[in-house]
Amino acid sequence: MAEVLVYVDHVDGAVRKPTLELLTLARRIGEPVAVHLGAGADTAAATLAEYGAVKVLAADAAEFADYLVAPKVDALEAAYRAVSPAAVLVPSSAEGKEIAARLAVRIGSGIITDAVDLEAGDEGPVATQSVFAAAFTTKSRVTKGTPVITVKPNSAAPEAAPAAGTVEQLAVSFGEKSTGTKVVSRTPRESTGRPELTEAAIVVSGGRGVNGAENFPVIEALADSLGAAVGASRAAVDAGWYPHTNQVGQTGKSVSPQLYIAAGISGAIQHRAGMQTSKTIVAINKDAEAPIFELVDYGVVGDLFAVVPQLTDEIKSRKG
Amino acid sequence: MSLRIVVTVKYVPDATGDRHFAEDLTVDRDDVDGLLSELDEYAVEQALQIKEAADGDAEITVLTVGPEDANDALRKALSMGADKAVHVEDDDLHGTDALGTSLVLAKALEHVGYDLVISGMASTDGGMGVVPAMLAERLGVPQVTLLSEVKVEDGKVTGRRDGDAASEQLEAALPAVVSVTDQSGEARYPSFKGIMAAKKKPVESLDLSDLGIDADEVGLEGSWTTVDEAAERPARTAGTIVKDEGEGGKQLAEFLASQKFI
Ligand SMILES: Cc1cc2nc3c(=O)[nH]c(=O)nc-3n(C[C@H](O)[C@H](O)[C@H](O)COP(=O)(O)OP(=O)(O)OC[C@H]3O[C@@H](n4cnc5c(N)ncnc54)[C@H](O)[C@@H]3O)c2cc1C
Ligand SMILES: Cc1cc2nc3c(=O)[nH]c(=O)nc-3n(C[C@H](O)[C@H](O)[C@H](O)COP(=O)(O)OP(=O)(O)OC[C@H]3O[C@@H](n4cnc5c(N)ncnc54)[C@H](O)[C@@H]3O)c2cc1C
Repeated sequence: MAEVLVYVDHVDGAVRKPTLELLTLARRIGEPVAVHLGAGADTAAATLAEYGAVKVLAADAAEFADYLVAPKVDALEAAYRAVSPAAVLVPSSAEGKEIAARLAVRIGSGIITDAVDLEAGDEGPVATQSVFAAAFTTKSRVTKGTPVITVKPNSAAPEAAPAAGTVEQLAVSFGEKSTGTKVVSRTPRESTGRPELTEAAIVVSGGRGVNGAENFPVIEALADSLGAAVGASRAAVDAGWYPHTNQVGQTGKSVSPQLYIAAGISGAIQHRAGMQTSKTIVAINKDAEAPIFELVDYGVVGDLFAVVPQLTDEIKSRKG
Repeated sequence: MSLRIVVTVKYVPDATGDRHFAEDLTVDRDDVDGLLSELDEYAVEQALQIKEAADGDAEITVLTVGPEDANDALRKALSMGADKAVHVEDDDLHGTDALGTSLVLAKALEHVGYDLVISGMASTDGGMGVVPAMLAERLGVPQVTLLSEVKVEDGKVTGRRDGDAASEQLEAALPAVVSVTDQSGEARYPSFKGIMAAKKKPVESLDLSDLGIDADEVGLEGSWTTVDEAAERPARTAGTIVKDEGEGGKQLAEFLASQKFI
């Protein structure tokens, strides 16, 4: 059976959920071979094996952290040369897309980004994309070279399928051109203890209607009652009420949770672009004409400062 | 020598219009107004600021690959203050994918000459966010992308990249490819003077043969990818909308419970 390379997104060996989704999708096409760069391969291998990786190609080098993107491309290319895979799957993060893009150029292959589903096809893997702010769904294929496909988080439910997951060292030599952009310093984000926005099953977002940073705890309290991540519209971010890393939309994160709750958000096209593929959508807005109501499964026309706290209390009491 | 800055700008269908696909499954550009991709305005703005910081000792060229109407996008960038424009236009480019677009842009950049390439973070139509990385790869120069802050000094570009896990301070020697985010600073509006001046600024037109590119390397035929199907997403079935009469939160909780979220 053909092998499929899966680029592993992890934090020191803790494998992030989108990678497990990729392994699950990879199994529809062939045998997943994971590529793990940086520390923690042995820890990660156990998880990767559980979700179907037959092999884990591992490389650790200071270059991965010291220089931007390109050293990772060198490593993924080395894995590609070692395996001759049927496809290369990479998580659709900003960095993942850049790694995939450079690999595609190097190996002369087509690339498809932001797939939301993947199936085997007679002429190679078929990727589903959601485009034009999710107004259209397309099915695309790579027609030249080895398909390089980036897949959005929450595109599949991870399914365990134990395999060997044997760790093999991957020899990587870094090109002179790959060490051109130095990472001079790195300031890690403070953890909020909440789920990762793109991976969360539930997202609660606040917009301009929240009317001030001091009111965002109202949104956070609802999120915490549901174990949800917190999002924000660009209006709320631009006003300085909430960090940009939490922005949902075209120039923020694209999320596809089971449940999306928008409070005080009007539903501009650029906001929709980042949340319209959510399974269930709920909105609270005092303007009955707000475009967000065109998308909702359930909407409450009302003041969020009355509705949201009541909802939070009700959830807490139901959960006991 | 003065700094040669080239800003890559894309002409896109207006996102607030009713965007759809043509029969050959490429973007229908006839029924929706086109404009300069808004996210590329941020790239033009940073180029202007870098030029200002260099006391004007820089030349800004805006470069687009696109149909005839893409000239509008170039004019907008020129009216913001760019010095000249290059338009790569060829019927054989219709339907070109990201690999092909980056090939044409890279050849055009080599043709024009550059010390610093500035791109937007993503287009507002395809929105792949891959072209700048592809350009760095093709040109063999450093990739300094997704910056929310950028500075050029002493032949070096530095900037801040706000990633998911960390915020990184980056540095690379020129020549380099940079992309900037919408956090890099509001783009200026063209002034009346700027709009008038833009009419006299030079726009060079190039086709594939000028760049030594074979027609079969680009366009729909030459694509590395193909779209087999494009379907309009079925409209979401109308949801339940209630007016809060004091019980809105509780009603919503009831809905969430019925959907097993609580
Ligand atoms: C190139 C580009 C990229 C963009 N990218 C993004 C992006 O990534 N994400 C994004 O979100 N936007 C993005 N935008 C901006 C987008 O166009 C909108 O301006 C933005 O989404 C508006 O945010 P909002 O809905 O919070 O604010 P508004 O549109 O001002 O809506 C606020 C809503 O809150 C309601 N409200 C007010 N008070 C209350 C209350 N007490 N209770 C209940 N409801 C209340 C109002 O009725 C209103 O509907 C982008 C724009 C451009 C041009
Ligand atoms: C809905 C949709 C989905 C698509 N999916 C795919 C796909 O999966 N695979 C694929 O190979 N192609 C795809 N394409 C085609 C692809 O969008 C175009 O080839 C495009 O020129 C490059 O990608 P982008 O617009 O996403 O650019 P991005 O990588 O998002 O653009 C980033 C920056 O690159 C510069 N840039 C991009 N295009 C140009 C240009 N023509 N002229 C000047 N500067 C430019 C701009 O500075 C821009 O801000 C898709 C197109 C659409 C409309």
